[in-house]
Amino acid sequence: MIAELGHFALILALMVALTQGVIPLVGAQRNHAPWMQYANQSAILQFVLVAISFACLTHAYVTSDFSLVNVVQNSHSTKPMLYKVSGVWGNHEGSMLLWVLILAVFGAAVAMFGRYLPPALKARALAVQALIAVGFYLFILLTSNPFQRMFPPAQDGQDLNPLLQDPGLAFHPPMLYLGYVGFSMAFSFAIAALIEGRVDAAWARWVRPWTLAAWCFLTGGIALGSWWAYYELGWGGFWFWDPVENASFMPWLIGTALLHSCVVVEKRDTMKAWTVFLAIVAFSFSLLGTFLVRSGVLTSVHAFATDPERGVFILVLLLIVIGGSLTLYAWRAPQLKSTGVFQPISREGALLLNNLLMGTAAGVVLLGTLYPLFIDAVSGGQDKISVGPPFFNAVFIPLMTPMVAAMAVGPLLAWKRGDLARALKTLWLAMALALVFGIATWSLQSGQSPWGIVGVAIGSWLAIGTLIELADRVRLFRIPLRDSLRRLAKLPRANWGMTLAHFGLALAVFGITGAGAWKVERVQSMRPGETVNVSGYDFRFDGASEKEGPNYLITEGRFTVTKDGKLIAELAPEKRIYTVRQMPTTEAGIHTLLSGDLYAVIGDSNADGSFVTRIYFNPLVVWMWIGALTMVAGGALSLSDRRFRIGAPKRSAMPAGAQPAE
Amino acid sequence: MKRKHKRLTFVLVALLLLGGAAALVLSAFEENIVFFQSPSDIAAGKISDDRRFRLGGLVEEGSVDKSAGETVTFRITDTANTVRVSYTGILPDLFREGQGVVCEGRMESGVFIADEVLAKHDENYMPPEVADAIKKSGQWQGETK
Repeated sequence: MIAELGHFALILALMVALTQGVIPLVGAQRNHAPWMQYANQSAILQFVLVAISFACLTHAYVTSDFSLVNVVQNSHSTKPMLYKVSGVWGNHEGSMLLWVLILAVFGAAVAMFGRYLPPALKARALAVQALIAVGFYLFILLTSNPFQRMFPPAQDGQDLNPLLQDPGLAFHPPMLYLGYVGFSMAFSFAIAALIEGRVDAAWARWVRPWTLAAWCFLTGGIALGSWWAYYELGWGGFWFWDPVENASFMPWLIGTALLHSCVVVEKRDTMKAWTVFLAIVAFSFSLLGTFLVRSGVLTSVHAFATDPERGVFILVLLLIVIGGSLTLYAWRAPQLKSTGVFQPISREGALLLNNLLMGTAAGVVLLGTLYPLFIDAVSGGQDKISVGPPFFNAVFIPLMTPMVAAMAVGPLLAWKRGDLARALKTLWLAMALALVFGIATWSLQSGQSPWGIVGVAIGSWLAIGTLIELADRVRLFRIPLRDSLRRLAKLPRANWGMTLAHFGLALAVFGITGAGAWKVERVQSMRPGETVNVSGYDFRFDGASEKEGPNYLITEGRFTVTKDGKLIAELAPEKRIYTVRQMPTTEAGIHTLLSGDLYAVIGDSNADGSFVTRIYFNPLVVWMWIGALTMVAGGALSLSDRRFRIGAPKRSAMPAGAQPAE
Repeated sequence: MKRKHKRLTFVLVALLLLGGAAALVLSAFEENIVFFQSPSDIAAGKISDDRRFRLGGLVEEGSVDKSAGETVTFRITDTANTVRVSYTGILPDLFREGQGVVCEGRMESGVFIADEVLAKHDENYMPPEVADAIKKSGQWQGETK
């Protein structure tokens, strides 16, 4: 009964979305206020309906209702409660329901808090949101219905994939989707602006919080996912350039570019068409990410071809959204006149360079991700290639190095016309220290990858450069210290946000460099009592024992790590067998130090009582997570800037014919 | 600078960037694309010793030998031909006899020295080559999603 209620609520939501996609658009065109108003009520109603639907599915999972196919396939009565709940979105159908729920949440947020938005813009943006929602409702109802019943009901479920039964991955999909779907807001505002033929500073100020929020969630989601891969897969790495990872990384790259170009539109009234274009591309990449992960095209082009229902549906949706929006763009974008002019060497120029590099980076990641599929498809499955980490590293690092180098300089350039010589002079200390650290690294490491040296140099350049920029902004040492501190306290939060985010990236660069260039790995068979030395740490294997978890059996290995006879840590890597699916998983034993992670994995036992063990020393890897958290904190701080509250900014001059809000 | 010149500067920078990226991509493709081969391709003598490639197929039943401790040897088959594989390290959790697997590495005197072994790590996502190798060999049982 409750499942039917959920199904019914979803159908009603589709109906509401259909009307919301049409009536406000017509209303905005004819300047008919009640019709525009309708968008508000319907957006909130849509949210209520989807929330009911989602609650019904959650209820089915929590109560283990094994008359639902979806619950049977992805749950089990012995599963801990956390994973019963996270199982709701740990599968295809449920995750799509989560997607539309988040879409509806954002729509309702605009309806409720966007008081000062011009009614026409608001109505159009909400209508575009509703049209996107229609596509996804249809997708769920026609191809991926989570409320499908089965008769007779099953005795028990088939359990959730054990790899997903993990706190990190329980919250990874919602974070990621908040990011993906957040870009839909920027997209909807971009389409609304194209219909209106008007983009101005106020528009950028409305779009920016959505983009920022989406970017924060996406950054957090990606970091959470790679952290999960780091401790759960037991391969000692955190980023594998896997297509599924790339699918979330491409929207991040474009979203980062969008974030920066919004600033230019807001402050300088230029780069408008470009910003609208980026908003379209960012959401297109989000959709593409969904398509790649959800259609099965990655599993095999042929699997996609033989079971095409879902894949073709998303592909058509993708074509309509991307094709339609780009057509509209080609038609209307020439009307978006920019007034601000600027020299190539200027803040605008630096932000444009950021955009170009981010866009190019997203392009090459797209190429590397799709190329194997393309080759497979055109050769009819005869030629198979794989494009792995070596390709991405070879392309991505040279693109990001100048990008990080420019990041320290850009904020020091003035708007309109910057002084590069002055900026570089201000940065002399950063340059000197980067050189010193680079040379020190070169002398310490012997005969290894040059990228380690580059990474250290460029990371310190950005970190110190960012601090110098902050000091320059408050005129430290050039005016009395007390005045500097007063200036510091008065800095807008958006400025702090930028400083934090840039500094966070510098920290992440250290983490990526350390783990990428100097990871040490040892694989060996060890008997209890044996010791192996990795990077100066003695790992003593103390044996393994059998234990029992809530729904799995554990083989737990014990390691004692000492350095020069002093106890550093005890590690307890696990090998688990999940009883329902008889599927083994690995839990790495990790002890985090600021200088690097001690990381141990236990493998199979041998006939002589020894175990295969894999031990890593991952230098500096913790800075990767600290850096990502700092970036998210920077974004959140910038988001809290009063100027960007959704309701706060008013358009200075009301567009002709528009009703004043409220 | 005149407006026209400025625009030209931007276009030039963008072109330079794209050109650089294209050059990077092409050279990286040349060096880093890894081809997928089956045991039959190796039997047909298509492989030279110096090139890295991916080898995929089924792990032959009863062929896994773990007696040498951390170095495991096994045979990969596509039912027509088999290749001996040697791998030092911990096998993935889902590595099993009779199951599909993809190894990356190179040939050394008739043995494939793998430095990476991939088994499917999620029921909804498995290396595409494995699926095809199993399909070609007629042992495909279909995914129970």
